[in-house]
Amino acid sequence: MSVSALDVPTGLPGAPDRRLVTLGRVRGMGAFLVVLAILTVLAFGVATPGSAHATFTLSAPPAVSVAPLEMSVRTVAVVCAILTAGLGALLVSRRGARGSYLIFGLGVMSFLWAFLTWAARGNDLNFEQMLAATLISTTPLVYGSLSGIMCERSGVINIAIEGQFLAGAFLGAMIGSVSGDLWLGVLAGAAAGAAFGWLLAFLALRYGADQIIVGVVIVAFCTGLTNFLTEQVLTPYQTTLNSPQTFSPIAVPLVDKIPIVGPVLFDQNVFVYLAAVLVVSVNVALFRTRWGLRVRSVGEHPHAAETVGIHVMSVRYRNVVLGGLIAGIGGASFTIGSVGEFSSEMTAGLGYVALAAMIFGRWRPFGALGAALLFGFSVSLQSFLAVLNVGIPSPFLAMAPYVITIAVVSGLVGRVRPPAADGTPYHRE
Amino acid sequence: MRLELRGVTKRYGSLVANDHVDLTVEPGEIHCLLGENGAGKSTLMNVLFGMVRSDEGEIRIDGEPVRFADPGEAVAHGIGMVHQHFMLVPVFTVAENVVLGFEPTRPLGFLDRRRARADIRRLSEQFGLAVEPDAVVEDLPVGVQQRVEILKALQRDARLLILDEPTAVLTPQESEALFAIVRSLAAAGRSVLFITHKLKEVLSVADRITVMRLGRVVGTTTAAESGESELATMMVGREVELVVHKGPAHPGAAVLEISGLTVADERGLVAVDGVDLTVRAGEILAVAGVQGNGQTELAEAITGLRAVVSGSIRLDGQELAGRSPDVAIAAGVANVPEDRQVDGLVLAMTVEDNLVLDIFDRAPFARHGARDLAAVRANAEARLVDFDIRAPSPVVSVGSLSGGNQQKVVVARELSRPVKLLVASQPTRGLDVGSIEYVHRRIVEERDRGVAVLIISSELDEVLALGDRVAVMYRGRITGVVDPGAGRDRIGLMMAGVDATDGDRPGPEAPGPPAVAGDGGAP
Repeated sequence: MSVSALDVPTGLPGAPDRRLVTLGRVRGMGAFLVVLAILTVLAFGVATPGSAHATFTLSAPPAVSVAPLEMSVRTVAVVCAILTAGLGALLVSRRGARGSYLIFGLGVMSFLWAFLTWAARGNDLNFEQMLAATLISTTPLVYGSLSGIMCERSGVINIAIEGQFLAGAFLGAMIGSVSGDLWLGVLAGAAAGAAFGWLLAFLALRYGADQIIVGVVIVAFCTGLTNFLTEQVLTPYQTTLNSPQTFSPIAVPLVDKIPIVGPVLFDQNVFVYLAAVLVVSVNVALFRTRWGLRVRSVGEHPHAAETVGIHVMSVRYRNVVLGGLIAGIGGASFTIGSVGEFSSEMTAGLGYVALAAMIFGRWRPFGALGAALLFGFSVSLQSFLAVLNVGIPSPFLAMAPYVITIAVVSGLVGRVRPPAADGTPYHRE
Repeated sequence: MRLELRGVTKRYGSLVANDHVDLTVEPGEIHCLLGENGAGKSTLMNVLFGMVRSDEGEIRIDGEPVRFADPGEAVAHGIGMVHQHFMLVPVFTVAENVVLGFEPTRPLGFLDRRRARADIRRLSEQFGLAVEPDAVVEDLPVGVQQRVEILKALQRDARLLILDEPTAVLTPQESEALFAIVRSLAAAGRSVLFITHKLKEVLSVADRITVMRLGRVVGTTTAAESGESELATMMVGREVELVVHKGPAHPGAAVLEISGLTVADERGLVAVDGVDLTVRAGEILAVAGVQGNGQTELAEAITGLRAVVSGSIRLDGQELAGRSPDVAIAAGVANVPEDRQVDGLVLAMTVEDNLVLDIFDRAPFARHGARDLAAVRANAEARLVDFDIRAPSPVVSVGSLSGGNQQKVVVARELSRPVKLLVASQPTRGLDVGSIEYVHRRIVEERDRGVAVLIISSELDEVLALGDRVAVMYRGRITGVVDPGAGRDRIGLMMAGVDATDGDRPGPEAPGPPAVAGDGGAP
């Protein structure tokens, strides 16, 4: 306060200390956890016979073997309920919001553990396979949400991720199959995604068309086009056009020998590693470089960016095309990364789930990764539960990822703050 | 830098926003550009800053003709601009905002934050602009945000600084501090172009003054050569009254009683914090304060547009807190909102429909669920005459009218039904002098008719001219209720959060008149 006399008369301290009157978000999360805890005790504890046990197998056959874990369902339910309720109470009693998401995440994980134990009662659940399946379903979601982050951080909503997925998956499979070179397939997938990214940018930026509508139209177009081409071209020439190889896993020496996590994390194909590299590099680029500062300024306050000489339109064009490219690679991972052939509408709405992961992750790459893992887990959970025969009809289990998506975007975990100019066309005066 | 504009002309369709404007700013000079809203000042600045291209004319810098395709080129030529609506990214830090577009980097494009901070500290000390480089801009008071804008221009080595209505969001004391900064910049050889419509500040800060009216330069003068009333006459084109004529108030019983009112803003933060206020029949209570201190939320709570966290709002004993706008309307609350184009009017609809927006579904304007368009037309024709609304016909869209006439449409609608309480927020914002006079006269007439009037304004002159009592709001609280005769300096301090009861504490080293210490309110 002593640089000069000039700052005296304002009488205003540095930052306002206005308190929060409506602590809705954090308290709501806390209350939700407490409800989960009660559910845990009632459904998994009280309603289960005390003798019920669940067995978790912790290693797949060829790996270093770890003894299976056997647990009493009721004990686990009670312990987890206490943990969840405790975390919920912690949230309710807190004043600040910092770290709330972490606490909430731990509480949900504790609930899921109790649920899994209950679902696997009297059965064997291969935990490692489950983690591996989670990672497989997570990978495309990571690409999708990074695509969304690239676009929305510059102020353009990319709701066409689903369409870019389909285009990338289709062309990746076809080029990979015809050429026999999977890397060409990846390039083709990236190009297909980038092309539809460019189309979105062209219509939304050049003509100021509504970004949501353009996005939906692109998804509809990609769905129709790939359906048509699958029927007319891929199916008749299945062996030449739709039988690509898939990337085989590459083990990272030494770390792949770590029990449980080693084989899950460090014996994967190139798509998984690339996704990890992208999360880190997009994060660094957005928050540490000149490029990122400019992109974020365009997404928050394009007018301000313009007045300091930043070309708003070119920044947006570039980012939307780059975002499409990333989604295209993610699309290719569906075909040449795992299944080995393209089938109609194989992305099953995961492009939209990726969008939800981006929102849940608050437009940050690591946040989106966390959210993608949660969604990926719920996708893999669904197939495992179907096998375990838990008594919940499988269509309901199949809804799980989408129910979570709706809960997330409707604000169960609080209103999140998108880039201020997200979705708003920019016009110079 | 010596800046010359010669014959700059900008047309928007048939409207000539700038008509052969000539202007010269000498090096180290503080040049004020004075004019009413709509006189063409902003257009001229946008031309100068490369935001808008002129149709004719040329710009010379130090004798060299220049032409800017975008703001980046203007900046490269040493022109810096502090916009009325700050061009700052709210979620960025001060340092990020200052270096944006001009970033010091390390290899591979990584930001060099350390150098950015050091640059800011150096400029801060050189020009006396205290600011913390790592603070997030949206957490800063507007006065400090403005310093960030000035720093931004200085960091780009601006030799001509354009300030567009810079005092609109400042307390009087903050304005004085800004003038001191401006003088020190001029002393350092930088030129300053200061755009404003406030006569008082022109006279206190300008070396030379250029007055614009209806897109043209009316004349250039100096503060020594002309006084307030000459400038006002040049600006408006006729003699103007600078005071509001009103007799003493004859307050009656309390109409509006607010107690313990707490209201939250969009983010759930306290905006109005335990406010108690009473407005009596036949008096004008004016709420002063720098914009963003809860006044908007207070008005919205009273008119039913915003939920109330706690407390009560009673109108003649009837509880209005948490009720909807139609309850408030039925109870006799008239609302002239802050932003007429967003909350006051449906711009695409006709004048006649806008005049009955609040009661279009009732007799005499509707019967058995069908509208009576003849009644609506008759009403509009009467109102256009009563309220001196200049519209070509009642069926033109209200968006095609001038700001002054739009505001008259709002006032006409709100005062056309039985009213007990008139809430008017920024009632003359963006209006020309003629419309300001008219709106003020109308408000005083309502008071004399026995209506309780609550005026919310961030223009201190307006508050002092209209208010029978003045309540000052700061950070959601009422810092005090005083007589308008209490003096600008004391009210200014209250606007900065200093309690009225210790208003006689001298502002240490504060520039400006020491009147604060003299006749401030002794307890």
